[in-house]
Amino acid sequence: MDTLPPPDASNEAAPLTPIQLRELYSLMVAVRHLDTSTIAWQRQGIIPGYAPELGQEAAQVGSGYAVDTTRDFVFPTYREMGVARAMGVDMVAYMATHKATWHGGLYDPLTSRLAPIQAVVAGSVLHAVGWAHGQTLDNKDGVAMAYFGDGASSQGDVHEAMNFAAVMKAPVVFFTQNNGWAISVPTERQVAGGSVAARAAGYGIPAIKVDGNDVVAVVEATRRAFAHCRAGNGPVAIEAMTYRRGPHSTSDDPGRYRSLDAERTDAGVDPLERFRKQLLADGVGDESFFAEALAAAKAEEEQIRTGIQALGSRPGTEMFDLVFQETTPALQAQAANWREESEHV
Amino acid sequence: MTGFRKAPSPEGQAPETRTVEMSMQQALNRALDEVLAENPKAVIFGEDCGRLGGVFRITDGLQAKHGEGRVFDTPLAESGILGMSVGLAMAGFHPIPEVQFDGFAYPAINQIVCQMARMNYRSRGTLPMPITLRVPSFGGIRAPEHHGESLEALFAHVPGLKVVSPSNPNEAYHLLKYAATRPDPVIFMEPKSRYWQKGDVDLDGGGSPDAERNTGAKVMREGRHITLVAWGAMVARCLQVAELAAEDGIDVEVLDLRWLKPIDAEALASSVAKTRRAVVVHEAPLTSGLGAEVAQLITQSCFDTLKAPVERVTGFDVPYPSGDLEDEYIPNIDRILFGIQRVLEYRRG
Ligand SMILES: Cc1ncc(C[n+]2csc(CCOP(=O)(O)OP(=O)(O)O)c2C)c(N)n1
Repeated sequence: MDTLPPPDASNEAAPLTPIQLRELYSLMVAVRHLDTSTIAWQRQGIIPGYAPELGQEAAQVGSGYAVDTTRDFVFPTYREMGVARAMGVDMVAYMATHKATWHGGLYDPLTSRLAPIQAVVAGSVLHAVGWAHGQTLDNKDGVAMAYFGDGASSQGDVHEAMNFAAVMKAPVVFFTQNNGWAISVPTERQVAGGSVAARAAGYGIPAIKVDGNDVVAVVEATRRAFAHCRAGNGPVAIEAMTYRRGPHSTSDDPGRYRSLDAERTDAGVDPLERFRKQLLADGVGDESFFAEALAAAKAEEEQIRTGIQALGSRPGTEMFDLVFQETTPALQAQAANWREESEHV
Repeated sequence: MTGFRKAPSPEGQAPETRTVEMSMQQALNRALDEVLAENPKAVIFGEDCGRLGGVFRITDGLQAKHGEGRVFDTPLAESGILGMSVGLAMAGFHPIPEVQFDGFAYPAINQIVCQMARMNYRSRGTLPMPITLRVPSFGGIRAPEHHGESLEALFAHVPGLKVVSPSNPNEAYHLLKYAATRPDPVIFMEPKSRYWQKGDVDLDGGGSPDAERNTGAKVMREGRHITLVAWGAMVARCLQVAELAAEDGIDVEVLDLRWLKPIDAEALASSVAKTRRAVVVHEAPLTSGLGAEVAQLITQSCFDTLKAPVERVTGFDVPYPSGDLEDEYIPNIDRILFGIQRVLEYRRG
């Protein structure tokens, strides 16, 4: 499905250069390596929990790559590590949320252009609409992109957000990663109306259903959507069809709702393997480039692991100090008691 | 106590006595299994509670045993789950919905407060809402944001709702069976940090829901010097504190409030009339918490005999913190002992 008007000469992006294609590959390898390593960190007790994204690298890296961090803003859920990495967010600060150091992570949302991680599914989709409407009021050309899953698309907030955005012509890209599952419930038990993209029609929003395992197709679809929004045409919905290969989170047991065989058949082609073959066939990448990319990913992972292991807990006083810009007497009294009773004075 | 009708006890039948050791998760699962078997109108639904058996496995195996019509997964929408419960209750069902984590009850507040809690009143008693909303509650498991909250005061504040929280497997089994047979909406707050703790469950009489045993507060430990009032996961902690205090010659009584609405004011009065001192312990933030309600109830009944103002040891007025700060937030043994000390050392000005 593709109901977005075709790009005209003025907004059609140039095809990706070999350098950009290699950059995309390196990003995907970095994300794949960090993702699988983070699961290992959880098993080793370095972090308490994590939401893996194995199989979603193309959808995440491809869409995140299209973001212009000088003017756009991204509203993630809890599974957008690949988007964050593609946008250049500090990964130690990002992982701090999974380390249980601070909800939302420790990165600066304003400079990184990534809203704090949050766990209420679809919770941030309306924030994206508000932010985007602010761009309209300010006569700016930034675009908001909201990420959510096929499960989250059941939330009323998504429907309210789509309606608001369409009515206000807000420059929002609604980016659904349809990874086939919402914990244990498959898409067909979650999404009525054929697909998330199909529903957009009900709000008069053009939509693209894209192969979420094809990183180049995702970059192109996202660029087209951004161009459409930036030109003042209102929101676009993108549904990237992908597959969550592993568990929903490090505490999930997918064996209870699907078999390994079903997983192998349903998952389709591995997005990383597929891209690698394509680069080889097109002569854009060779074995030594792939090896270099992996080595870089390993070095990066080590640096991130060292970084989060060195992260201490935040001082307890922050628990009190960061509630308000101007604190209250009651909170001050509680903080004082806490300091005294915990001998942290 | 007020607020409940007494269930008639089956005449002439000698109750079976069986005591089985199980975890709170198993006790809740068993209670739900029996409710489904005994009441053909009972239905269980929510996110992932069918095939997966719930993220905490409380509904484990119930779909396989009772069928997909009785136990089913819904789309991921709390407002939808609660709104659907109201419609089902109007059609004569006894819904037992689950909200996956306490913090995700917030998106459903509209349906809970404006519909479920008011339909009986609005319809002058013709549309009762026999709904038991199960909410895995409170902190203590280093969970992500919104996966550990204490909503009891919020729920207890809403006219038309009742609120209960079990503290151990035996309480879980009996209180859930009882709650699920009530004709009014009950918010059932399960202390998730206690799900895997084992204890003896008295399956006496097949666990038939019995008002005598399941209403009101319960003295979990007798003592003479001071009363600790708690509920949910804090009961076990207060029992630990009582052991420690006993080493210093302080004899602590621990009262498990169990019902947070209606609160058993008589039990509070009779315990504090004896000890003349009280500390309320809860995980929820201090301000406008249930501790204030309990303190007021005690003050009202025991003002003349109280030796000191009722103290509170609680969480703080901060958003529930990340795992690393959780132990600073939840009342720990030291903070509860400080609370006891403040009461014991109080001198009238
Ligand atoms: C409002 C809300 N309800 C329940 C949850 C618990 N939960 C976390 S993720 C999830 C499934 C989400 O599925 P989907 O939106 O498809 O995204 P995915 O996890 O597959 O990326 C559930 C039920 C939550 N985080 N927020």
